[in-house]
Amino acid sequence: MSTDAIPSTSAAEPTFLLGKLSWNSLPHDPIVLSTMVVVIIGGVGLLALVTRYKLWGYLWKEWFTTVDHKKIGIMYMILGLVMFLRGFADAIMMRLQQVMAFGGSEGYLNAHHYDQIFTAHGVIMIFFVAMPFITGLMNYVVPLQIGARDVSFPFLNNFSFWMTTSGAVLTMASLFVGEFAATGWLAYPPLSGIAYSPSVGVDYYIWALQIAGVGTTLSGINLIVTILKMRAPGMGLMKMPVFTWTSLCANILIVASFPVLTAVLALLTLDRYVGTNFFTNDFGGSSMMYVNLIWIWGHPEVYILILPLFGVFSEVTSTFSGKKLFGYTSMVYATVVITILSYVVWLHHFFTMGSGASVNSFFGITTMVISIPTGAKLFNWLFTMYRGRIRYELPMMWTVAFMLTFTIGGMTGVLLAVPPADFVLHNSLFLIAHFHNVIIGGVLFGIFAAINYWWPKAFGFKLDKFWGKVSFWCWVPGFWVAFAPLYVLGLMGVTRRMRVFDDPSLQIWFAIAAVGAFMIAAGIAAMLIQFAVSIWKREALAETTGDPWNGRTLEWATSSPPADYNFAFTPRIHALDAWYDMKAAGVEHPAEGYKDIHMPSNTGAGVILAGISTVAGFALVWHIWWLAGLSMVGLIGAAIAHTFNYKRDFHIPASQVAATEAARLRQLQAAGA
Amino acid sequence: MSGILTRTRLPLGIAATCLLPLLGGCNMVVLDPAGDVAQQQGDLVVISTLLMLIIIVPVMALTGYFAWKYRAANEAATYKPDWDHSTQLELAIWAIPLLIIICLGAVTWVGTHLLDPYRPLARTAPGQAVTEKDKPLEVQAVALNWKWLFIYPEQGIATVNELAVPEGRPLRFRISSSSVMNSFYVPAMAGQIYAMPGMETKLHAVFNETGNYEGFSANYSGAGFSNMRFAARSMTAKGFDLWVAKARAEGQTLDRATYLKLERPSEKEPVRRYASVERDLFDRIVNMCAEPGKMCMHDMMAIDARGGMGLAGLHNVRQLAYDKHAARGTGDTASDRYIAENCTNPELLSASLARIEDRVIDLSTLTGAGLNRPGGPLFRKRQTSTKSPELTQAGTTDPVS
Repeated sequence: MSTDAIPSTSAAEPTFLLGKLSWNSLPHDPIVLSTMVVVIIGGVGLLALVTRYKLWGYLWKEWFTTVDHKKIGIMYMILGLVMFLRGFADAIMMRLQQVMAFGGSEGYLNAHHYDQIFTAHGVIMIFFVAMPFITGLMNYVVPLQIGARDVSFPFLNNFSFWMTTSGAVLTMASLFVGEFAATGWLAYPPLSGIAYSPSVGVDYYIWALQIAGVGTTLSGINLIVTILKMRAPGMGLMKMPVFTWTSLCANILIVASFPVLTAVLALLTLDRYVGTNFFTNDFGGSSMMYVNLIWIWGHPEVYILILPLFGVFSEVTSTFSGKKLFGYTSMVYATVVITILSYVVWLHHFFTMGSGASVNSFFGITTMVISIPTGAKLFNWLFTMYRGRIRYELPMMWTVAFMLTFTIGGMTGVLLAVPPADFVLHNSLFLIAHFHNVIIGGVLFGIFAAINYWWPKAFGFKLDKFWGKVSFWCWVPGFWVAFAPLYVLGLMGVTRRMRVFDDPSLQIWFAIAAVGAFMIAAGIAAMLIQFAVSIWKREALAETTGDPWNGRTLEWATSSPPADYNFAFTPRIHALDAWYDMKAAGVEHPAEGYKDIHMPSNTGAGVILAGISTVAGFALVWHIWWLAGLSMVGLIGAAIAHTFNYKRDFHIPASQVAATEAARLRQLQAAGA
Repeated sequence: MSGILTRTRLPLGIAATCLLPLLGGCNMVVLDPAGDVAQQQGDLVVISTLLMLIIIVPVMALTGYFAWKYRAANEAATYKPDWDHSTQLELAIWAIPLLIIICLGAVTWVGTHLLDPYRPLARTAPGQAVTEKDKPLEVQAVALNWKWLFIYPEQGIATVNELAVPEGRPLRFRISSSSVMNSFYVPAMAGQIYAMPGMETKLHAVFNETGNYEGFSANYSGAGFSNMRFAARSMTAKGFDLWVAKARAEGQTLDRATYLKLERPSEKEPVRRYASVERDLFDRIVNMCAEPGKMCMHDMMAIDARGGMGLAGLHNVRQLAYDKHAARGTGDTASDRYIAENCTNPELLSASLARIEDRVIDLSTLTGAGLNRPGGPLFRKRQTSTKSPELTQAGTTDPVS
């Protein structure tokens, strides 16, 4: 009998000045300690470089304080990429632990460390990788696709980005100061309650998600309003590009479901901080309520992630098949049906919690019904390719890989929706394989397709094709080598979140999975090389027409990168594929009649508010009450001060617009000649 | 693009390489278990997969075919840039998946009701119906941090980390947990169900072969989770009796004090057996009143259901002398409170538990465990022998009667 595994975390009395924070909060584990040293050296080096090249002013003026949806979109993508590297490092560590810990070996990670890693991996990949990636894409592309100059609330957009970043910063801080939650990524109570997780890990989890959640919700509202109110004249709802449609639905899901997450985390916070009993064992608390509430958010969340990528695949398939999208109307209705149905399936995440057979059947069948519109979408892409002229550029390669991979993931998902099948596969590695199959095969492949597709629009040069292909051929087989063994292990009755194993016959499968993880690592490395090589060779890869793929939607009507104001004249829409229609009709680029363009001014308020929020979150995690109070006051003060900022806008003079557009015309003529 | 062709072959290749060693003797316990319930669940996995492959295989084949045939280099292929609609095709792509989902939905509805873990077994093996004589063996399973306690009320014994049962006899598990959520899972026997503190879940199952199997918690429950495994041993009836006799001979008693010590977090507990168990220990665990002097939840709920005790109830709140924080050696205990016990008639505790499990199951309709038959014009009213009087009294209304 040993009780050594339980970390003693509440050793020191909290102090007024530092709350629960003390020297003991810094890492002792050699792995974490060396990571911290490397990160500190790297961070200091980066800051030194920025200072050396006097970039602070540029970064602050052009990027941090920007309200331009295009730059904010790019910053979201960078955030997602950085956090992706962290989340993937966690994945590699888990794979190594599981392949080592056999035959009495404890592996190289103790329970305290390993349990935090799988929690952080899930939290980071969903909240700080997938969410920033899709928000970044929607931010960049949607206003361009609907012919708008920016989103409806440009400052809110900047603020949303920094709040998301603030959540990511808190999550990263937990690695070095204190610890992260060791509860699994959804932090089920009672385990996540104060009785069983007395240290600061769950508090980091709560405040990181609450702060990032503010950003996500506001950005959702912003994009809904943008899509509904800022479309160019003539663009009725049924003339909207499919990506805009799926973005609209994803943002409606965000606005309708994130408040539930906020509320359920707030209740957990009350349980942990002031001793209420919403989810405790005693005094009438019910942890089953938490499980229900978190999945009422959690299930729509997976559709929030996948819907925008369904839009990407539609755009890519249509563009590279050189063909109209097959079944646009049914595509739109399929999206809307998925949006609605995603609210009536949440119970399939816990068939094993003891609901009656009729309840389980209901939720199982509603889940299967979602596969019908999803299947319809797949057929629509298929028949878009049918009788097309498919050009296998990188985005199209990712799309075909998606179609083949996602189909299998969808099938195992429907299988898990059969409650008796779920009883034997729930929480198993089969489940892990399933959701990685749809999230990697759907969301991530979609993001890679989107990055390769819209990169030339954002930066004015294409991505290097060779390294892109290397990455593709590491990633796609790598995915299958990494996750097919997990399907097998699930059928062998192996459950998730295990740290050590007894049965030696399992080890070979974990070894194969680890090989797959390293193939994926090579894919990631190739992708980073692809970015670097493309930036290096940007002159050779330059794209001057603004329309490198013979695109169909409005964003390809602008220059690459688009001017700050996107469109000198608001376009008038007559058909579904607006830009294709204009090209066919031979619409001329207008050369005169420019007017002053009204633009929003940059502001540092978003950075300041989010910065104070980070401090407030940190103070609340560590029970540094004076600092929490001070930063709350600061937050309100800064928000009020921001309302007195009357320098909110400026005009780009017509002469400057004319000069920019003239340069663009010359560029077009040169490209055409 | 030649790349695309190799791309489509790849998943098949991987599937083949995965399957080969499997056929060579990998232990796929989920598809080839030792218990009838798990076997039916495993069969459902296979049936559902086959049903879906009807559509998955053509879709994947078409994807590969179209991706190859309509590549830009193939100038011979038809090119129709403006073709974007076909009513027949649209009908087909919505209708075919719909038909498959209707089939799968029917399988799901029937399978979910027949394999409802709360539903007493109707058969112990294919063609072997359960009769009045097959009294199920009740086992009370409690997830502790991080080990499993099994109480055998019929035999009056208890074990830690060892579940022994006679082969062929229906088993009825009553499952709970002392602290956090776990999931009780013996893959060779039957699907899992959560074990939750203050809650009782049920599972009905049977072993059809003798042998030594593995059971574990399938829901992450903290630091010691990986080692929260137990031996699940299916024995002949005679072997089981011998095993019970051996447990009785070991002589230890599991009373509430011993339980509270056992409940403290520990890992890799060796198998332990108790010759006798304090009466109603399981019900006290479920009602969160194994600690001395603490009011049981069902008493609390009964008082609350009658309007509560008002302000007088405040006098009943006590500081915890012993609690879960103390058990973990963490947290501050001073601020935690509990409700003190009133006088309780222990007889009522057992009597209050409605025993719907003791019924023999009628398979003519698919109602959930404990539910009345559906009424109303759509359902023909039949004389029912299965309705339990306690449930009707407890307030469920029958729309027909």
